[in-house]
Amino acid sequence: MAATSRWLLLLFLWFASQSALAAILPADRADALYHAYDGGGVQVNGPSILVRKSIGTSVSAYYNYYVDNVTSASVDVLSYASPYTEQRIEQSVGIDYLHGKSTMSLSFTNSNESDYLSDTYGFAISQDLFGDLTTVSLGYSYSDNTVGRNVGNTTQIVGNAKLQAYRVTVSQILTKNSILGFTFDTMSDEGFLNNPYRSVRYRDPASPTGFSYQSEVYPNTRTSNAGALRLRYYLPWRGALSAGYRLFSDTWGIRANTWEVGYVQTWRDRWTFEIGYRLYSQTKADFYSDLFPYQDAQNFLARDKELATFSSRNLGFGVTYEFLKNGWGFIDTGSANLFYDMFNFDYEDFRNIPAGGPVGQEPLYNFDAGVIRAFLSIWY
Amino acid sequence: MRTAILAALLLLAAGCSVEPWVKPYERAHLADPIMSFSRDPVADSYLNHVHEAREGARGAGVASGGGCGCN
Repeated sequence: MAATSRWLLLLFLWFASQSALAAILPADRADALYHAYDGGGVQVNGPSILVRKSIGTSVSAYYNYYVDNVTSASVDVLSYASPYTEQRIEQSVGIDYLHGKSTMSLSFTNSNESDYLSDTYGFAISQDLFGDLTTVSLGYSYSDNTVGRNVGNTTQIVGNAKLQAYRVTVSQILTKNSILGFTFDTMSDEGFLNNPYRSVRYRDPASPTGFSYQSEVYPNTRTSNAGALRLRYYLPWRGALSAGYRLFSDTWGIRANTWEVGYVQTWRDRWTFEIGYRLYSQTKADFYSDLFPYQDAQNFLARDKELATFSSRNLGFGVTYEFLKNGWGFIDTGSANLFYDMFNFDYEDFRNIPAGGPVGQEPLYNFDAGVIRAFLSIWY
Repeated sequence: MRTAILAALLLLAAGCSVEPWVKPYERAHLADPIMSFSRDPVADSYLNHVHEAREGARGAGVASGGGCGCN
């Protein structure tokens, strides 16, 4: 481990020592987004505001304010709890420093809801290489999370969870019309990782329903790896094709595959239309079961549908209209954007208890969802 | 390990002198915003959050989200 640290340090120093003209800072822009999710008995909506501004020629800073207003009557909630509403507010600040062909970034994110507090600190360094055909980025982030449980009007702290994440990203120009991106993330959790409200069910002949519930129990650690390859190809009529694949695995036994394809087409200088399709599938966690044979059947117990075997499909459409292309006052240009995504989730071993039926033979659960993203962007 | 470091540094340093096969003046198409992996960070970050809150997998998305996203 010490040798690895030294190697990373040397690499960082080498990145930092490079200087020449090439890399650029992100453009100055502001975005005001409204988002709305509706599906599976859950509605989430709210705004997200991002402002990014350069300071001099080598520094760019940003601030993001994001809100989730949640109303939940999901299948879990209907099975053993009461519908609820809550709000989550997330604020992020970050700064990028450009030096020659290197960009160094620092960020801080705070997420606040009545029963969950999260602080995340991030650092990343990015370097252009090989005649600027290749950009390599290394990143590290650390999250400190406090997990609570609301009981009546009070919140009980039930645990703490820490997350460390390492990221390597490589962006490679292949030809004058194509670019390849590779991302690899390793994440490691430690602490209280389950949801304090969720329960598992087990067969209970003494219960009138034939089953009872007990609190879920997760392991205290989790390590996951995810690697993704993405390709974009420029078409002569000012369109772009994209394709991507991600492979995921973790120490809980989940294996997931994600496939993505997309197409973007511009029209008459001001319009951009796009369509995308994403296919996701995963295997269940080792300690997941829809129905355990008896109480305390094993050390770790989960019945979260996120840990079940399932697949999902996501078809998305988007339209962008550019305005003020010749600028106006301090504004260089702007765009109005509307995106709509349709989701379908199909579970293979998570049953719909509220639908009724013999214990363990209730219909398998599935649901559809829709996501709206409407936003205005200006560049200045 | 030291040999590996030297080899890595030499390889990277040598790489800087690689003649780029796509010249800077040939990159107009690549610079078009429609070729960006993440054209709108706020919108991509949100969709990434929608995925991560409902899936067992996480990471290696085009944008990074944050927070709990339970339920």
